[in-house]
Amino acid sequence: MSSQPSYSHTSNGTSNSKGQIKVVHIYPREMSIYGDLGNTRCLASRLRWHGYEPLVHQHHPGNEFPADAHLVLGGGGQDSGQARVQDDLAHNAEVLRALAADGTPMLMICGMYQLFGNAFITIEGERLPGIGILDVTTQGNAKRMIGPVVLQTAFGDVVGYENHSGSTELGQGQRPFGTVRSGMGNNGTDRTEGAVTGNVFGSYLHGPVLPANPSLADALIRLAVERALGEPFVPGEIDDEIADEARTRQVRRLVG
Amino acid sequence: MAVAAGKAARVVSRLRGGGSALPGLVVERLDPRFLTHALADLPRGVVVITGTNGKTTTTKMLVAILREHGLTVFSNPTGSNFTRGVISSMVAEISLSGRLEADLAVLELDEAHALKFAAEVKPTHALLLNVARDQLDRFAEIDHTARLLAELAEQTTVGVILNLDDSFVSRIAGRVRDGVRVTYFGVDPSIADRLPELQEADVRFEDDFTPPAPSADDGLLKPHDERSFEVRFGRTDRVGPMVLKQRGLAAMINATAATSTARVLLGNEFRVAAAVAALERVEPPFGRGEVIDADGQPLELVLVKNPAGFTVALSTYGSTPVTTMVAINDNYADGRDVSWLYDVSFESLRGRGAALTSGVRAYDMALRLQYDDVAVAQVEPDLDVALERFLTEYKDEPKRIFCTYTAMMTLRRNLAGRFGLANFGEEARP
Repeated sequence: MSSQPSYSHTSNGTSNSKGQIKVVHIYPREMSIYGDLGNTRCLASRLRWHGYEPLVHQHHPGNEFPADAHLVLGGGGQDSGQARVQDDLAHNAEVLRALAADGTPMLMICGMYQLFGNAFITIEGERLPGIGILDVTTQGNAKRMIGPVVLQTAFGDVVGYENHSGSTELGQGQRPFGTVRSGMGNNGTDRTEGAVTGNVFGSYLHGPVLPANPSLADALIRLAVERALGEPFVPGEIDDEIADEARTRQVRRLVG
Repeated sequence: MAVAAGKAARVVSRLRGGGSALPGLVVERLDPRFLTHALADLPRGVVVITGTNGKTTTTKMLVAILREHGLTVFSNPTGSNFTRGVISSMVAEISLSGRLEADLAVLELDEAHALKFAAEVKPTHALLLNVARDQLDRFAEIDHTARLLAELAEQTTVGVILNLDDSFVSRIAGRVRDGVRVTYFGVDPSIADRLPELQEADVRFEDDFTPPAPSADDGLLKPHDERSFEVRFGRTDRVGPMVLKQRGLAAMINATAATSTARVLLGNEFRVAAAVAALERVEPPFGRGEVIDADGQPLELVLVKNPAGFTVALSTYGSTPVTTMVAINDNYADGRDVSWLYDVSFESLRGRGAALTSGVRAYDMALRLQYDDVAVAQVEPDLDVALERFLTEYKDEPKRIFCTYTAMMTLRRNLAGRFGLANFGEEARP
């Protein structure tokens, strides 16, 4: 009985677009605190600026997950938000795992990063299972890790803001997203931050992370375009001077 | 002894031009029971006002209404809303015996400090305004903030006044002690469609809590137009029509909260004409729509500190087009995380663009505006340089600056020097 997931056009009729890219934001109501919807806004705008047509779909608990997604985004939430999405995430775990295995680019921030891991173990010792796309395990902590962050990554310096009480450990052989130059990262001890498996990126960085780090945003776009259209990504001309200035100033402030 | 020491510290900190919390710190060290002693015997009790947005405005309004009714009210007017700030204010007004000469106290406290305060002094009344995301690195989560308010309500001994339309607040009704009276303030159903302007739908979930139907003791805001409104109690009682000096729906709701609380506190002594007269005279608090005469053109300073507040400010002021500057710092008092700027829609600025962005995060603000297709003419992180350009290059235009707390302190100091304004914290007491 469930209806086909619908995407909304974010621009008014672009007949000469290079192609349609389906972007899914998972749980925008429950898991998008701290401006993480800004990542979706950023990708939609940049796709348009590059000449593609973004189709944005918001996935809410209880609805059918769109298996034709080209790019999936998720954000951070409060404990109450995580509790509200737990069942739906378990229900859609197979679809998400299949999309991930098939090379669909995904960016999961903070709470959704934790839920994409093996498990979250609460302070009380309760084990909440994740969907295991990333080989990470998170232990609840009394102390929060809060503050601005600079990472060294495959996309150059990446800046953002972390705010998490969970302490995350990478499994054997799990690649991190970046190395901490300033801040706490996954756990405050091993200088790793986030995790990458295939084209699935997990990170604690809010900011939101994509606007100030356009090379990461465009990397996700490139993967989505290649997957959606089966042809190489043809970037448009984008002036990122403001974003580059915002980022390099943060890097200078935090690591000198 | 403690009072004398605190008075001395107050003189010293005044001489140093220093912050308002120092004398409080001194007295608190000497006699930790100071607050209890001084406040416990006030004949009409202790009212605590807390919540994320509107504390300062609502406190000013309630104090004005009560004073208009002839009461002597102790309040914490220096903008220092932490426990020590309360003590600092008291030191100035207290006799050396430690007695506070007042009928009642009306105190503005932030959510965390309201609880610390209640551990020392049980409030007789609590007015709980709203819950929104604010300075998340201090309180971490909105659920946590809601819990703080509920715990404060549990500590309150006579009456709580709750926001009917904010489910995080209205559901606290079930948490008060036996015998404690619950009263509500809210908006008239005819303007319920404007509530999203004041709340953040994205962190609120549908839940099975249904707020109770308002009774004749609950005040409901009924606007007549952009400026004029009344507060309705039941079918017949009306406070208004009136026009506030401070513009916007948020200020009207604050007035509704203050009026509802004044009715609870005053009972049969409450007089409509006195309430209206008092509310119409209240000057906007520092940074809440203060208008400065800048060489013949109005310059408005608007404090922004969270998504709900910034969104309300843009919708309040967006209808009159002016030249705009946005100044964002990320010091502790501003909130160190600027992610929240992406939870505000800046589309109302698209028509005229922004003349300048400034502050430590000037480039991040410009980037945010870029993603809402708002043109930014200049980016200048240095606040003094930016202000100079804003004042000279847009000399003949009405101007508005949206700014975070510490950016406002810097800008206000600069403007005070230029245009001979009173310093922050030295507002004349009514």
